[in-house]
Amino acid sequence: MYWDKKAETLSRSSLEKLQIKKLKQTLKRSLRSTFYRKLLKEAGVSFDSIKDVSDIREIPFTTKQDLRNTYPYGMLCVPKEKTIRLHASSGTTGTSTVIFHTPGDIDNWTELLARCIFATGCDSHDVFQNMMTYGMFTGGLGLHYGAEKVGMLVIPASSGNTKRQIKFMRDFGTTVLHITPSYLLHISDVLSKEEKIDPRELNLKAAYIGAEPHSETTRKKLEAIYGFHAYNSYGLSEMNGPGVAFECTFQKDMHIWEDHYIVEVIDPETGKNLPDGQEGELVLTTLSREAMPILRYRTRDLTRICKGNCPCGRTHRRIARIKGRTDDLLIVGGVNVFPSQVEHIIMKIAEVGTNYEIHLQKKGALDHMTVKVELNSKMFSGDIGFLNSIREKIAHALKDEILIRPTVELVAPGTLEPSMGKARRVYDNRKKL
Amino acid sequence: MAKQLSIFAENKPGSLEKITSILSGKNINLRALTIASSEGFGIFKVLVDNPVEAFDALNKNNIPVQIKDIVAIYIDDKPGGLHKAIRAISKHNINIIDSYGFVVESGKKAIFVFELDKPQEAIKNLKKEKIRILTDSELYSL
Ligand SMILES: [Zn+2]
Repeated sequence: MYWDKKAETLSRSSLEKLQIKKLKQTLKRSLRSTFYRKLLKEAGVSFDSIKDVSDIREIPFTTKQDLRNTYPYGMLCVPKEKTIRLHASSGTTGTSTVIFHTPGDIDNWTELLARCIFATGCDSHDVFQNMMTYGMFTGGLGLHYGAEKVGMLVIPASSGNTKRQIKFMRDFGTTVLHITPSYLLHISDVLSKEEKIDPRELNLKAAYIGAEPHSETTRKKLEAIYGFHAYNSYGLSEMNGPGVAFECTFQKDMHIWEDHYIVEVIDPETGKNLPDGQEGELVLTTLSREAMPILRYRTRDLTRICKGNCPCGRTHRRIARIKGRTDDLLIVGGVNVFPSQVEHIIMKIAEVGTNYEIHLQKKGALDHMTVKVELNSKMFSGDIGFLNSIREKIAHALKDEILIRPTVELVAPGTLEPSMGKARRVYDNRKKL
Repeated sequence: MAKQLSIFAENKPGSLEKITSILSGKNINLRALTIASSEGFGIFKVLVDNPVEAFDALNKNNIPVQIKDIVAIYIDDKPGGLHKAIRAISKHNINIIDSYGFVVESGKKAIFVFELDKPQEAIKNLKKEKIRILTDSELYSL
């Protein structure tokens, strides 16, 4: 099922021609901002030299810091009266970044989301409960517009108030959710423990999960609990928000809409482009944005471009599930560890729950990792030997995966619960104060 | 068969208090309590007057809990009393997982509680030795 068959199945050669044409338009448009006028002039980029998509490599990268430095209007390429909305993300450092949209930008974004929704086999017959936060964050409003576009019945529930969310699902027969994976896990606990409702008895058929990196085991676990298909969604506010890349019904990696974005993967250390199939940092260029085009944006997300065609017939290439962020990478005793690797292992162990925390501290000169996991009430056998054997099992499995043997602490269920939004998993106490 | 609860708890202030407050909220009386602890966590073994209700209450509060069969016996509070009981249990290859005792009538009677791998068999053997086993209601209404 395609929303826009022509665009989604465009031949590779036509797609690349379209990319070159739109890239030139984007470059021209970007010159209206003080930031890009200076950047492109200093880099000596001439539009005529762009004959191939790979010629984009002559253009310097744009970083999150550039967005902060030009806050608020330094990258705006249209007069303010042409813009109709802004979205902002608050950085952990306190300075926010802001993205502006014209009516055309909102239309394009909405179109992409309509494509994503159709790609998952959902349409106007579905009842869509949007449990991402509405407001400055793009997760809520982005999908909202797309869902309305395809004619779904939209429940703009936003996040939080779990009991009310469950009531909505039951009263309105919700079929599709948009939600973070950690909130889904939390709700399944509330459903089975407090409400005594089997999550499979709800009318759910699909969930769009995003905004947090998660492992394939987490997805499988959620699908087993709820009996729905969970589709991985990727987006970031700098590139509009959700809808940049999305899984189709084959649930194998995410199609990235290449008529609206140029996708590259680079080595985060050297900045050199990597071939398809190799993992590195995702770099994106907007091809349609009017108010605020962004060139070669370093997303800091780690992924790879997948080789081969998808059986669904879409010609737009796919990116793999996000492995983590370049800034998530932990170096523990000289070994590279992503929190997602720890999660992957923990999710496979039935005796523990779904939440975990990684704590890093110095023991003398050495790094030491402690992993805290919640005991699963249902699996508790009642003796000390059992508890010690689980600890040993987890420590051993982690050692196999990440080459470090952490201390494993078992804690009571519910103590590591994430707040309604994103879960904090890593506590690095090694940094000198 | 008589029952007690094994409850998981972290070794940190407030863990036990959370459990006792849930139980007292349900009007459940604690009869005895022992703690087995390991690094970072422990298990409270709790004898209460209504183990099934206590189990439900803790379970509802998402506290890891198991209900375990136990055998409780009367021992005369004098030398050799306990030895006789333990010999009756262990000569038949029954394992004692855990046990504790308390005195009920000072200088007269003590009660010993055993968690065993084969409780039914143990009961048979204890009866043969004429050791008095507490009935469920006797134990819960101590
Ligand atoms: Zn596909």
